[in-house]
Amino acid sequence: MLLIHCPHCREDREEEEFSYSGEAHIVRPVEPEALSDKEWGDYLFFRKNPRGIHHEMWYHGIGCRRYFYATRNTLSYEILETYMVGEKPQVIAAIDVAIDAHRDTPRGTL
Amino acid sequence: MNQVNRLSAVEGTRTRIDGTVPINFTFNGKQLQGVAGDTLASALLANGVKVVGRSFKYSRPRGIVGHGAEEPNAIMQIGSGAATVPNLKATQVELYEGLEAASVNGWPSVNFDLMSISGWFGRLMPPGFYYKTFMYPAKLWMTYEHFIRKAAGLGSTPVQSDPDSYDKLNQHCDVLVVGAGPAGLVAAREAARAGARVIVADEQNEFGGSLLASTQTIDGQLAVDWVADLVAELNGFDNVQTLPRSTVFGYYDHNFLGILERRTDHLGISAAAGSRQRMHRVRAKQVILAAGAFERPLVFAHNDIPGVMQASSVSTYVNRYGVAPGSRLVLFTTNDNAYQTAIDWHRAGRQVVAIVDSRSQPKGDIVAAVKGLGIEVMAGHGVIEAQGGKRVKRALVARLNAQGADIVGPVETLACDLIACSGGWSPAIHLSSHTGAKPVWDDSIVGFRPGKSKQQERSVGACAGTYALSGCLDDGARAGAEAAKLAGHGDGKLYFPSAAVEEYKEQPQQALFLVPHSKKTSRAPSQFVDMQLDVSASGIELAVREGFESVEHIKRYTAMGFGTDQGKLGNINGMAILANALGQSIPETGTTIFRPSYTPTTFGAIAGRDIGELFDPERYTAMHRWHAEQGAEFEDVGQWKRPWYFPHVGESMHQAVNRECLAVRKSVGILDASTLGKIDIQGPDAAEFITRMYTNSYLKLALGKCRYGVMLKEDGMIFDDGVCACLGDNHYLMFTTTGGAAGVLAWLELWQQTEWPHLNVYFTSVTDHWTTATITGPNARKVLAKVCGDIELANDEFKFMDWRDGTVAGVAARIFRISFTGELTYEINVPAHYGRHIWEALIAAGEEFGITPYGTETMHVLRAEKGFIIVGQDTDGSMTPADMNMDWVVGKNKTFSFIGKRSLQRSDSVRENRKQLVGLKTIDANTVLPEGAQVVFDAKQAIPMSMQGHVTSSYYSANLGHSIALAVVKGGHSREGQIVHCPLADGRTIAAEIVSSVFYDPKGERQNVE
Repeated sequence: MLLIHCPHCREDREEEEFSYSGEAHIVRPVEPEALSDKEWGDYLFFRKNPRGIHHEMWYHGIGCRRYFYATRNTLSYEILETYMVGEKPQVIAAIDVAIDAHRDTPRGTL
Repeated sequence: MNQVNRLSAVEGTRTRIDGTVPINFTFNGKQLQGVAGDTLASALLANGVKVVGRSFKYSRPRGIVGHGAEEPNAIMQIGSGAATVPNLKATQVELYEGLEAASVNGWPSVNFDLMSISGWFGRLMPPGFYYKTFMYPAKLWMTYEHFIRKAAGLGSTPVQSDPDSYDKLNQHCDVLVVGAGPAGLVAAREAARAGARVIVADEQNEFGGSLLASTQTIDGQLAVDWVADLVAELNGFDNVQTLPRSTVFGYYDHNFLGILERRTDHLGISAAAGSRQRMHRVRAKQVILAAGAFERPLVFAHNDIPGVMQASSVSTYVNRYGVAPGSRLVLFTTNDNAYQTAIDWHRAGRQVVAIVDSRSQPKGDIVAAVKGLGIEVMAGHGVIEAQGGKRVKRALVARLNAQGADIVGPVETLACDLIACSGGWSPAIHLSSHTGAKPVWDDSIVGFRPGKSKQQERSVGACAGTYALSGCLDDGARAGAEAAKLAGHGDGKLYFPSAAVEEYKEQPQQALFLVPHSKKTSRAPSQFVDMQLDVSASGIELAVREGFESVEHIKRYTAMGFGTDQGKLGNINGMAILANALGQSIPETGTTIFRPSYTPTTFGAIAGRDIGELFDPERYTAMHRWHAEQGAEFEDVGQWKRPWYFPHVGESMHQAVNRECLAVRKSVGILDASTLGKIDIQGPDAAEFITRMYTNSYLKLALGKCRYGVMLKEDGMIFDDGVCACLGDNHYLMFTTTGGAAGVLAWLELWQQTEWPHLNVYFTSVTDHWTTATITGPNARKVLAKVCGDIELANDEFKFMDWRDGTVAGVAARIFRISFTGELTYEINVPAHYGRHIWEALIAAGEEFGITPYGTETMHVLRAEKGFIIVGQDTDGSMTPADMNMDWVVGKNKTFSFIGKRSLQRSDSVRENRKQLVGLKTIDANTVLPEGAQVVFDAKQAIPMSMQGHVTSSYYSANLGHSIALAVVKGGHSREGQIVHCPLADGRTIAAEIVSSVFYDPKGERQNVE
């Protein structure tokens, strides 16, 4: 039973008021028709499954009915931060920082 | 006086029983008597009962070993009838007048057990016996299991429903203290004084823990008196909740803990005025674990004979319950601590035959004290075997080498009837383990300490490996102040002075996990590690020889720790024996993981009041009572109760549905459609947003018009459908399926909030605000005209897919001319509380036309006759609009790539041979296919056959005079006219012809009736 801080309500609320809505920061392609089946399939089906820091989307359905993001440690279930859609996380896994540093462009999903 | 083992008052101790209050109870049908303050176990021991059960596998006689949650043998069925409870530990059952107890193992009786014949074949039942023997053939497993269960006798569950009620409480506190022994009590006091809200819970009937059986003094007082004062002090705080008889059974994420409070179990079964048990669901800022420790048994040959007990348990029975479970004691120990048991026994006036100490040179203060009492101490010795049948008669004792690994001298025989054992202590790290903390082995205490905290908790006292009373008091007080401070109360400094305690300074203990025997382990008489499941040292060694290495695998293969006691006594010895057999250290071998529940938790308490009609909310429409008055049968649709059909007296469901179906198509019917989901959508970008969500466009939907739309998930599969109406500038009303309402609302919010926040649009659920009465049939217009005078109803004025505002029976109404039956239909919406008024007005107006109320079953038949799909019945999350033959609903020229559009071009979405919606007409007109039946093309194919699809909807159509079915069949759209077959589980194979999914009025002319 998680205790989740809703950034909209600004309160710690019980897990049963929320539902998990998948990985955070997945942006819908602007022109879906321009993508190959493979590219579209990546957007549609492929998700991270990290051991450790994970950015997730949650829905406060039995509350303010707002979506928000949470950074959760999938090992300890510790929720390290919750933040608004449109914002960037403050807590980022070391491996993601390393990957970003070697990319030409910033992570497109952030 | 039958209580042969009951002691008269012993100087220097004060028991917790009241000898003046007798309590009658029965054990396996025999009348016995105990006294107030007894547990079932102490009363049985007082009565000299030796055998309390039979072991699980070998059916060996077993006696009481412990005095608490660790007890492996005294497993009882308490009470009878509906409130009977199986698998309770006699050591935890408080005695009450009229208590009925029975052993769960042993048939026909524990003293003469037919099954013990399997004990003779014990050597033929090695670990993994069940796996090895009963594996094949697989289909016989159910037979084997039935036999094993009966033989094992795990107690019986009541067949009636539970007569008791249970409550759940949600609680918050600053500091939760688990365990009210010395450490927990002082911790609670410090935290409370600092101003923290404190809950302190203990599984026993009264607070005090080990102090209830202690002969020590604290601040010059008897320990029990010191406890009484402290408990009174705690109860004086407004910010403290004390919970005796309350087990903290689980430690979950984010400092959430479950406490099971037993409110009335000690008063008798089903005595409950109010709830029998209460589940406290506690969110604590800080937690102090002061759960104590379990004494570790010593593993020697035939250590399971009744009369072999834990040393601390013997002391507890003497000091707390005034019971001496025997007369001649041999104490077998590896440590100083257990010497107290010999002192207690001696003080009770019973004979201590000898203290057998595995250490070659015990020299602590308490050793000297014992010798001063004239008790013989056999240093460097071990009890290598117990002898006796249903009671210990002799202990075989031999000199051991310094490591305790080998016998180095002759075997002596000591006559005795009680062997008290102590292999040191194991901290009760269970709750700490629940948090994910990994236990750490510590050689200095020869045990696992709690690992690094994963939560806001700390362990103190014996469960942290601190066994001296002074240490428990110091650590507890410090932890209480610290936890309070972290929770925002006080400065963390101690307020109360530390108590003066008289205690012996203890010398190191010896690690002794398996006592050697003159024969090697595999040949020696069984040396039991886990009494409840009959796991022996040789069994663990055999498992290693068979190739098992992981402690988790060994646990499952041997069943060690699988009993209701969860291996609280045996696990450490078992792991150490395993480590030794593997030639590695205990830390390398590791420990199994403790998981909730700490002790078994009643399902009733977990369910609480959420049972029966409170299990799930029920939703009623405004006309519900009218339906009930008319004798409607109801169907659950989500949480809604919807009328299923309205049977006349004597009518079967089939007859009623046929009548309702015919009435609609012949004249007029009326349906309660209030449960459909309704979402009010407003904002300048409403039309744009809605157009992105549906497959078709709403940009040009004019005021007063409706449109049917299908919603896809981004993978292109149908997710919901319904009509959407334009109510005004920037204002729309979206209908959803009854079951999909909440999901669709969340779906709309998701896209608006996360992807298109720049679209200015708002959603409000108005499902409950409106009541909908649907009238349908060729006479629907005539009925409506009688109650509605302000709307022009002519066919070319109020057209199909229009809506109008007007007045119906004096109530402002919004009427939609849409149709789910294919007939002329008006869906009349009024504010919900006018529902019954409108309904009755329509019934009255329709009387001359024979208006017929119909339910969901008729609704299903009528729509199936028209080939209209029901999302979730004819679709299953893998169906595109094209699969449903609904390409017409997909807007090909929409500028925006609506949700799911791109996926309709995926190679998998356009491949040949997808399952497609078709109609099925059985060759025999009266045979109705079962929904879910599989469709094959070749009925003669050998099993396994190639499954080509399945039936999604199937009914008898009274209007058509034959059965109809909808099915999804591979490549179905190009197979019209072909014969397919449905092989059924009952052996029949039903042949059917693939036809159009529109069975009735294919041109759709009936809704245009003048």
